[in-house]
Amino acid sequence: MSVHDFYVVSPYLAMAGAGLLVILLDLALPMRNKGLLPYFAFVALAGPFVLSLIQFYDLSGAVNLLQGSDAFATEDPSILLGTLSVDRFALFFNFLIIGSTALVVLGSTDYVRSMERFQGEYFGLILFSATGMMLLAAATDLITIYISLELTTLPLAALSAFLMNRKSSEAGMKFLIIGGISSALMLYGMALVFGFTGSTQLADISNAIGQATGDTPFGNYAIFVGVILMIAGFGFKLSAAPFQMWVPDVYEAAPTPVVGFLSVASKAAAFAVVLRVLFTGFFDVALDWGILIAGLAAASMVIGNLVAISQSNIRRLFGYSTIAHAGYILVGVAAGVKSGEGVFKTPEFAAIGPDSVLFYLGAYAAANLAAFIAITIIGSKINSDEISDYAGLVTRAPVLAMVLALALLALVGVPPTGIFIAKLYIFTAAVDSGLVWLALLGVVNSAVSAYYYVRIIRVMFTQPATSEEKITASPAPFLALGLAGAAMVFMGIAPGFVMEAAQGAVRALAV
Amino acid sequence: MVEEFNGLLTATVFLPAAGALFLLLFVKGDRNVRTFAVLIALADMVLSLVVFGLFDRSEGADRFQFVDQMTWIPDVGLNANFLLTVDGLSAPLVALTGLLGMCAVLASWHINLRVKEYFVWLLVLQTAVMGVFTSMDLLLFFLFWELELVPMFMLISVWGSGRKEYSAMKFLIFTIFGSALMLVGIVAVFLTEGVGTFNMVELSTEATMLTSAGLLIPLSGLFWLFFAGFAIKLPTWPLHTWLPDAHTDAPTAASVMLAGVLLKMGGYGLLRINVGMFPSQTDRFAWVLVVLGVVSVLYGAVVTMRQTDLKRLIAYSSVSHMGLVLVGIGSVGISQGTLTVTGLNGAAMQLFTHGTVTGLLFLAVGLVYEKTHTRYIPDLGGLAGRMPVVAVAMLIAGLASLGLPGLSGFVSELLVFMGAYTAYDWPTILAVSGIVLAAGYILWMIERTFFGPQRERFAHLTDASLVEAAPLALMIVTIIGVGVWPALLTDVFESGLNPMVDVLNGVINK
Repeated sequence: MSVHDFYVVSPYLAMAGAGLLVILLDLALPMRNKGLLPYFAFVALAGPFVLSLIQFYDLSGAVNLLQGSDAFATEDPSILLGTLSVDRFALFFNFLIIGSTALVVLGSTDYVRSMERFQGEYFGLILFSATGMMLLAAATDLITIYISLELTTLPLAALSAFLMNRKSSEAGMKFLIIGGISSALMLYGMALVFGFTGSTQLADISNAIGQATGDTPFGNYAIFVGVILMIAGFGFKLSAAPFQMWVPDVYEAAPTPVVGFLSVASKAAAFAVVLRVLFTGFFDVALDWGILIAGLAAASMVIGNLVAISQSNIRRLFGYSTIAHAGYILVGVAAGVKSGEGVFKTPEFAAIGPDSVLFYLGAYAAANLAAFIAITIIGSKINSDEISDYAGLVTRAPVLAMVLALALLALVGVPPTGIFIAKLYIFTAAVDSGLVWLALLGVVNSAVSAYYYVRIIRVMFTQPATSEEKITASPAPFLALGLAGAAMVFMGIAPGFVMEAAQGAVRALAV
Repeated sequence: MVEEFNGLLTATVFLPAAGALFLLLFVKGDRNVRTFAVLIALADMVLSLVVFGLFDRSEGADRFQFVDQMTWIPDVGLNANFLLTVDGLSAPLVALTGLLGMCAVLASWHINLRVKEYFVWLLVLQTAVMGVFTSMDLLLFFLFWELELVPMFMLISVWGSGRKEYSAMKFLIFTIFGSALMLVGIVAVFLTEGVGTFNMVELSTEATMLTSAGLLIPLSGLFWLFFAGFAIKLPTWPLHTWLPDAHTDAPTAASVMLAGVLLKMGGYGLLRINVGMFPSQTDRFAWVLVVLGVVSVLYGAVVTMRQTDLKRLIAYSSVSHMGLVLVGIGSVGISQGTLTVTGLNGAAMQLFTHGTVTGLLFLAVGLVYEKTHTRYIPDLGGLAGRMPVVAVAMLIAGLASLGLPGLSGFVSELLVFMGAYTAYDWPTILAVSGIVLAAGYILWMIERTFFGPQRERFAHLTDASLVEAAPLALMIVTIIGVGVWPALLTDVFESGLNPMVDVLNGVINK
């Protein structure tokens, strides 16, 4: 392993190191100073952030950090070839995941202070999970993908059970068991793919599939079953229907900031790996899995939005809302494939699809984190997650109510917020790739979603408050709320910056 | 990337929103909040009047002036510009928004509930409407169009009266439905092969306009998608049912903004997009607009006669008067000879005058309601003796509304009828009879409210205070000014509408 290899993986090492340091510091800090832990975790995130930034500028014109002559030096060859691709795509997700993690850490300060024990472990687990997510976005080998996925999931399962009450433990257990089943399915799918192609590296798999010329869908039954099982496995992580069963329960019972983390960073990483696997490994059979993804998208949008209408608990409602948003984003994934012209239909790459997915993930992260940070602050003061208890919130906490209302409107897709542009982008991509029916379904679903999001706003703004007590919090969660809110509006007003970053990232994917 | 930046329009559009943000974060105390909001509205009114005053109306001047253009979404996938500019059509409407914004803030002086939040919404609303009138990029236009919804929803549902939440929801659902259809139209225009732009200037220039080639949705379909969005906003029969509810239950300032400028967004959209971007379809379907317009005029007038609630009465009269806008726009469809600008000019004038007149009516009714605590006409009577200023304001507004020469309403109605008669004689005569009905319901309403025997329980009432009278005076000056010197507006409107008529003639006579 050359020095250059260490440089390539340095952001991941820095992230894992930050996690370890936080846990060590927890041992050293006296009880009364434990409140410093989140700030330390926040500062420690500067490490992976700066290293990613250096790599970003180091890349400049190149596709991938492993393409240089160093990687092929004969006396000390890189061991990362074919397992990791540190390109703009991976770095885009590095920034997204580090940013979300930073906001979650800041937003957790008050929440964690009320815990008696394990404050260091809380932040440590979040950072370990973030390491796994970053690796997922870069992994190009099925085994690396599997290990990164487990590194992401296991800390999250522990975090879900962190409150150690009945419901929270149940949520953790559910997350662990269903996560285990989905991993097993995925592993079986990977084994089948390996059996047919003889390799676990996406580049080799792509070559092998290009030569398969059967009449069956996907060219071969092993690939057929393998890809479907892998998509099913990923579907759990994406929280896409019909693999969404665990979502509402976990969202209702896990610690609120963890739910925010789960719905934003974990989802982004899952989409990263889906894009990477499907577009670089299995593009030759894209027309086959494209239909499958479109079906998942339609099911997720419809199920998520319809069931969300009847929810009375705001966290459960967000559970279904996240399913619906997974649906919208999947529309973009499906829109990445265009049917080529001619007698033999060959898939064509439509970059606008993945572009819109990346942009949507960014916009969704900002809006959903703003909402969850607000819910964390409110929930820990009023000790309830029932929507009816949000009555008159505008008089008790005007700023919180305004930001939460803005975030809810953003989730509907009302301008001037990022998700408006993102939805427009995704539906435009869908029409462009011939998926007009899916775009129409998405528009109708967005209109339906307005009903349940606006209902919360109505409760907050028009119903009388049940108590006069003001809702306050320390500056850190408010800073996080402000940053998330600003990002949400910024992406609606000046979407160009993130859009260009997304396009640069997708270009790396296409090569 | 900045291509051209004058800055005046950007300041006019965003000043209220910036003021709202500052208000939210830094201003404390109800009195300070009110004063600050008035100052912002005043500054924005001055800016909007500067836009109108400096607009070069001489022949040969640029059609679009004060251009602020920069790249907004720099992408081949979604290529949008931040493009603010005014032409002769939008410059007067910008001034109208500034004037009415000022009136709305002044009329809210007595709001006591959640004062800061109230003014924040009111100012954001003003930014949204200003943005609609000035943006010439479809995506930006849509953004402002949607932005207007939330503040209005809040104003009605929190500070309204009666069935306020029901009315607010109805308003929201009607408008969202319309704008969803419009968004489909916008995306379909953008995705048409060879278009790939949201630039409304390019899309309404004859050389670069949409033709029937390569469309996702046929031209007529696009026309109706946009029409649906604007017709709901205008509103025209049979899509008007949200309007009486929203108007009746809204607080005074929201009614003023709703009737004064929000409805105008519908008429403006019809002129700018339906006539400007789809001239061939406008020509083809003009008779539908005239039929809908005439039905709105007559239906609105007849229903107005039956109203006993002052605000509801004015709301229905708005349906009737907005019908005239449709008649004016429809007058372009004769498909032969050379079109003149008269009918369109009348429609545009009607937008402006109805804004000032109805604004004044709602302001006066707001004062009546505030003092007597009732809007039920049979309970009122003899108020003129107690509140002469309010009575005079009401009388002037009423006379302008029924089209008395010398007041602004006369000019616009005359232009509409002159334009429409050559194309559609019988429908025009029917529409004129709507004006006769207007004389009936307006005079009858004023007589029952302000004249007749004085009532005992109104003996303690006081007239409008200085703060309350200021917006009344502002509107009266505008109404009389435009009535006496209509060329102040008609010249400007013509300079904006003439290029549209040229395109129409070019397309029709091809």
